[in-house]
Amino acid sequence: MDLPALSIKNLTKIYNDSFKALDGISLDVRQGDFFALLGPNGAGKSTTIGIICSLVRKTEGTISVFQHDVDQDFSSAKHLIGVVPQEFNFNQFEKPIDILITQAGYFGIKASIASVRAEKYLKQLGLWEKRNDFSRNLSGGMKRRLMIARALIHEPKLLILDEPTAGVDIELRRSMWNFLKEINGNGTTIILTTHYLEEAENLCRNIAIIDHGKIIENTSMKSLLKMLDRETFVLDLSNEIDACPEIEGYSISLKDQNQIEVEIPKSESLNELFSELSKKNISIISMRNKTNRLEELFLGMVEKNLGQESQK
Amino acid sequence: MNNKEKWIAFYTILRREIRRFMRIWPQTLLPPVITMILYFVIFGQLIGSRIGSMAGLPYIQFVAPGLIMMSVITNSYSNVVSSFFGLKFQRNIEELLVSPVPNWIILLGYIAGGMCRGLGVGILVTLMALYFTSFSIHSLTVTVAIVLMTSLMFSIAGLINAIFATSFDDISIIPTFVLTPLTYLGGVFYSINLLGDFWRDVSMFNPILYMVNAFRFGISGITDIDIIWSFSMVGLASIILFLYALYLLEKGSRLRS
Repeated sequence: MDLPALSIKNLTKIYNDSFKALDGISLDVRQGDFFALLGPNGAGKSTTIGIICSLVRKTEGTISVFQHDVDQDFSSAKHLIGVVPQEFNFNQFEKPIDILITQAGYFGIKASIASVRAEKYLKQLGLWEKRNDFSRNLSGGMKRRLMIARALIHEPKLLILDEPTAGVDIELRRSMWNFLKEINGNGTTIILTTHYLEEAENLCRNIAIIDHGKIIENTSMKSLLKMLDRETFVLDLSNEIDACPEIEGYSISLKDQNQIEVEIPKSESLNELFSELSKKNISIISMRNKTNRLEELFLGMVEKNLGQESQK
Repeated sequence: MNNKEKWIAFYTILRREIRRFMRIWPQTLLPPVITMILYFVIFGQLIGSRIGSMAGLPYIQFVAPGLIMMSVITNSYSNVVSSFFGLKFQRNIEELLVSPVPNWIILLGYIAGGMCRGLGVGILVTLMALYFTSFSIHSLTVTVAIVLMTSLMFSIAGLINAIFATSFDDISIIPTFVLTPLTYLGGVFYSINLLGDFWRDVSMFNPILYMVNAFRFGISGITDIDIIWSFSMVGLASIILFLYALYLLEKGSRLRS
């Protein structure tokens, strides 16, 4: 079995105000994985990433990256990690090309090599034309891509992205997904935190959900989605109806005269539902999932955990 | 990191620092030169010509070394304090913290940056001084050594100030309320032999007095204080400040949460 790309053991963080941000979490991320770390705001995701990247001091626990302990062997460990933070943290008065070459310099990479890599990543991320503009003049999406290019300049084996597509439009988000899939396909292990659960479902193979500083789920995306036993569909009707239809075995609610919502067990066939609706002279012109599947699961887990926390 | 990588990292920090103060030269290089020209015109020529001599030197020749040293001190300090605090304020420091650069390289890089500006401004002010007066060098070794050590010491002090600072007010408090009074009372404009015993003894606690006098000795051969004391004081203070700054960086004080 491959050694893990990232191994976290019993990680605890208590801030100065006694707030326990992480409560002894343990986590392994496999080499080559595309891993999602999800959780509500304040759950401990950014603290975990901060500790991995040495931006936050841990209270207890160990972290190793490709078997290099981040405390004992920090130089090797840091060479292997690239991080894209949640907030813009580059010098807004510098040019993208200078930001990348400077960052490469911090990793001991010669300017001649850094220039070639900077050109490669700026071109791949659609920023080459903007290389000599002041970075404060870039759009929000461009700034996010600049941070991805900066994180890749030393060619890390583990890339950590903390909400990389926050505030990015759909088209750009999709192109960033393709880029991330490509570098993951080339062997880079990726850890992603995001509030767009569709993003995690589309990109990630494995997932951990963190809440109140604890890992409440750590499994593959497939296994997690299998846990969802009911789905809700929104059906658009061709004719207007005044009353909500009642069909045994289905929970149906009327949204408006042209739309109903149906909650269906995953084991149930949809054919039967359509046939029953047809008998009532209700014809369907389109249908869609009410929410993202992962979103339903995520909300369920976090609410359950909240209930358990409040009982303590 | 191997030695070559460390050198690249150091050079990167230094290059960035030099680029920064060169890019904003109207804020970093021009004001101290203009201020010093005014000092030379007012204290050197207008008032100085009425004062006569000080410690056996024409007044303008007496104040010139002090004014040069004053510009080296304030510029070395303010370069590091503003640059490093700016780095913290913009969270730009994270670029360095996530990298494998050892803390002592970060420290040396910023010190070197501060010294480049301090010494650069010192050279510009010296050239200005030569327009108003002339002076020969009594001891080049003493002159160069004390100016380098002073610039080094105040660059480190600026970095410590920046580490502790949490707002822009915090980076102006020390220069305004500590550095400026110490400089003005550090024998730049007068010989401490003009003071009464009590104030002369009080002045001996002012570290800037030792630097200014050693520099004046290097240029004109005149000093109020034994220059061995000056070098010892500046050397010891630099070592203590360097170790303290390194300790703060290693601990991550106010840099890592």
